[in-house]
Amino acid sequence: MEKAPLLEMRNIKKDFNGNQVLSDINITLREGEVIGLCGENGAGKSTLMKILFGADVIRETGGYGGDILINNEKVSFQSPFDAIAAGIGMVHQEFSLIPGFKATENILLNRESKKKSILSDLFSDRLDTLDRNEMNRIAQEAIQQMGVNIDKDMVINDMPVGHKQFTEIARELSKKQLKILILDEPTAVLTEKEAEALLDSIRGMSKRGIAVIFITHRLGEILSVCDRVVTMRDGYVVNETPASETSIPEITSWMVGRDVADTGSSYVTEDIGKDKRTILSIKKLWVDMPGETVRNVNLDVREGEILGIGGLAGQGKLGIPKGIMGLCNAGGEINFDGQDIPLNDPRKCLDASFAFVAEDRRNVGLLLDESLEWNVSFPAMQVQDKYLKKYFGGLIKWRDDEAIKKVTAKYIDELKVKCTSTKQKARELSGGNQQKICLAKAFALNPKLLFVSEPTRGIDVGAKALVLDALKKLNKEQGVTIVMVSSELEELRQTCDRIAIVSGGKVSGILPAGEKLEKFGELMLMNC
Amino acid sequence: MKNKSIGDYLRRFSVPLMFVIICLICAPISGLSPNYLINEIVTRIGRNAFLILSLLIPIMAGMGLNFSMTLGAMAGEIGLILVSDWQIVGIPGMILAMIVSIPISTLLGLFCGKVLNMAKGREMITSYIISFFINGIYQLVVLYLMGPVIPIVHSTIKLPRGYGIRNTVSLLSMRQHLDNLIPLNIMGVKIPVATFIVIFLLCLVIIWFRKTKLGQDMRAVGQDMDVSRDAGIDVERTRIISMILSTVFAGIGMIIYLQNMGNIATYSSHSQIGMFCIAALLVGGASVDKASIGNVFLGIILFHTMFIVAPKAGTVITGDSMIGEYFRVFVSYAVITVALIMYETNKRKNKSKAGMQLALDQEQEEANG
Repeated sequence: MEKAPLLEMRNIKKDFNGNQVLSDINITLREGEVIGLCGENGAGKSTLMKILFGADVIRETGGYGGDILINNEKVSFQSPFDAIAAGIGMVHQEFSLIPGFKATENILLNRESKKKSILSDLFSDRLDTLDRNEMNRIAQEAIQQMGVNIDKDMVINDMPVGHKQFTEIARELSKKQLKILILDEPTAVLTEKEAEALLDSIRGMSKRGIAVIFITHRLGEILSVCDRVVTMRDGYVVNETPASETSIPEITSWMVGRDVADTGSSYVTEDIGKDKRTILSIKKLWVDMPGETVRNVNLDVREGEILGIGGLAGQGKLGIPKGIMGLCNAGGEINFDGQDIPLNDPRKCLDASFAFVAEDRRNVGLLLDESLEWNVSFPAMQVQDKYLKKYFGGLIKWRDDEAIKKVTAKYIDELKVKCTSTKQKARELSGGNQQKICLAKAFALNPKLLFVSEPTRGIDVGAKALVLDALKKLNKEQGVTIVMVSSELEELRQTCDRIAIVSGGKVSGILPAGEKLEKFGELMLMNC
Repeated sequence: MKNKSIGDYLRRFSVPLMFVIICLICAPISGLSPNYLINEIVTRIGRNAFLILSLLIPIMAGMGLNFSMTLGAMAGEIGLILVSDWQIVGIPGMILAMIVSIPISTLLGLFCGKVLNMAKGREMITSYIISFFINGIYQLVVLYLMGPVIPIVHSTIKLPRGYGIRNTVSLLSMRQHLDNLIPLNIMGVKIPVATFIVIFLLCLVIIWFRKTKLGQDMRAVGQDMDVSRDAGIDVERTRIISMILSTVFAGIGMIIYLQNMGNIATYSSHSQIGMFCIAALLVGGASVDKASIGNVFLGIILFHTMFIVAPKAGTVITGDSMIGEYFRVFVSYAVITVALIMYETNKRKNKSKAGMQLALDQEQEEANG
């Protein structure tokens, strides 16, 4: 008879405020098995792993449905520490290392080997001294187990990124009880050679009986190291196949896999704007935005078009507008309508009639404790001296409350913002309505070029359609050029004329919006 | 990986270097004899070292310069006032004063740590303001409660009106008792051996502490609170412990400081002690996030040499002794300001470095085709 699986996830369900993100997930994992988990952003991979790892955010948002069984016993983790105790280890996308500590100290962080001293008997065991020799031995052992050689005495700050990643993995391996290791895009920061070493090390772990859940966008790696591939989309497991029986194109089509013929009619399928002149040209742009680094981007935006920028999370698509608008440290050349725009100077961009709707509306986009009137009119007032009454030849400027009220009411009406009055505080609105106010704010600037980042993130379907329609309308009726950044490919395809895909910080290609989904999928995975 | 140029070193040690130069210029002008100078410096090392060492632990825990060490100083003063009223003299008096001060410092440190946990990232300004707040409470206790609530017997300590403590409390009964416990005189330089032994012991404790689990936790918390929390370290508790330790050490340090001075200026002894200690530490080459025992001693020597020679030099040059007094206060604030600015610019410089690297990578890539 076959042994019970090491891990079994049964009918896992999860919603955030009624928004279903996971439905009926069933996954089993046997000892020493390696499964690859793939899917687009928002497919639910991270949420699923958070549930498995007992992350606080899951409990705070109302827990999950379904059962998790380890060795046939039902478990319910109250915190990541419970999960660790049960033998689950996780290597996160972001490093969780102390920068000024040596590799050894990080590997054994808060699990240091100790020697008793008299004072520790008197007070607490926190006064035990550290046993450096023993720590070095354990760290060295973990590094050897991993099979990739890193210097255990090197300080994290001085390490190349790849070694930081290996330090994290060694930390998990040094835990004696480790049975299941979750690797969340571990190869994203590795060079090809390092990635190869990591794959070898995964094979080694699997031989010793450690089961691995491997999340990555590099499908080639999944095929070469995993036993099974699980593909997720929109909160469902859409496919589960042995890795030996599938191929990259097949997985890609499962990942993006909506029915293309179904909605094809509304797309712009051809590159219609070839004859239009270039209004914004971006050359050799680099942007230092943490987590969204942009490297050497060259991109031309045509007058009057809606250009989409898509790509997977962390590949740099959000960095492009932030760098151009001067919100993150950037370098390169920007030319708008024949005029050079200096970087790192937001005011110059605004003076050149750019407007930007940031993805982070609560922190950057809105004055949460001020009225809608102020929110809508504030940038226009600051940048363009609009809604001001001038006396003594502009020596004294007075706020024109009448005009402010009028324009706010106009936008509330146009964008169907649900609010009690124009005097309501921005904080009191729902996410979707807040987003509409952000748009109104940008519209009030009468921009020639509008950047919008993730305009539909975290808002419901109805508001989504309204926001996208408002953008389209602005583009059509006033000829405003729009650059729209979004991680939802489908939404880009419905709204844009052309879509540029960013991967590994670079533009990997520009396609007409109606191009086949597989083509976009290929571009997304090209450099990452 | 890191190629440190001479320029980097110069920048790092710019503050100590500046002070070496000031001292070298002022010392001959002041006309003080080397023997006098060395005697003064040795005395001041004995007087201040313990206090300044108390600053090291919060820096290790990433809480910056502990301006609220003043709290410990106040606790030490209360201990001394009570002990001198009980008329317990000499070394036993000092030890008793320390014992009295420790629970007070612990409570104050606990309070301070809790407040600072609510103000993460703004520890220094918060601790600075806390010291003003607690100073108010200290004045209430010393000016009104000592007498009616806390029994004070001797009229030499009490204000003539019957309650409250006089402006100065004489500590003649224990003046330099610790310093002179083991007398030693080398070529006319009086060395407070016993005090030095106590300071040496504290240095050992700090070195040992760095090797303990708690010390390791503090270093981890100081560098990244989130990572430490994820690893299961109780960040809040660790930070509170570091504040308590610092405050308790500051209280003991204040008692050593005052036994050397020989009297307590009840309402002002503690008020500038924090400022001077922090300035001395920074002069020794420490920064907001990094300080060592070496910094402490180098700092005391340089800062106090300047303290001694600058007023004299000022008097010689301008004929006005006030100019030197003005200079020393001005310099301590200036040093702290410079250190804080350097801390911020370094942070910013590290940020822009990442950008430069990106631009460089891009160029290389283009050169390679």
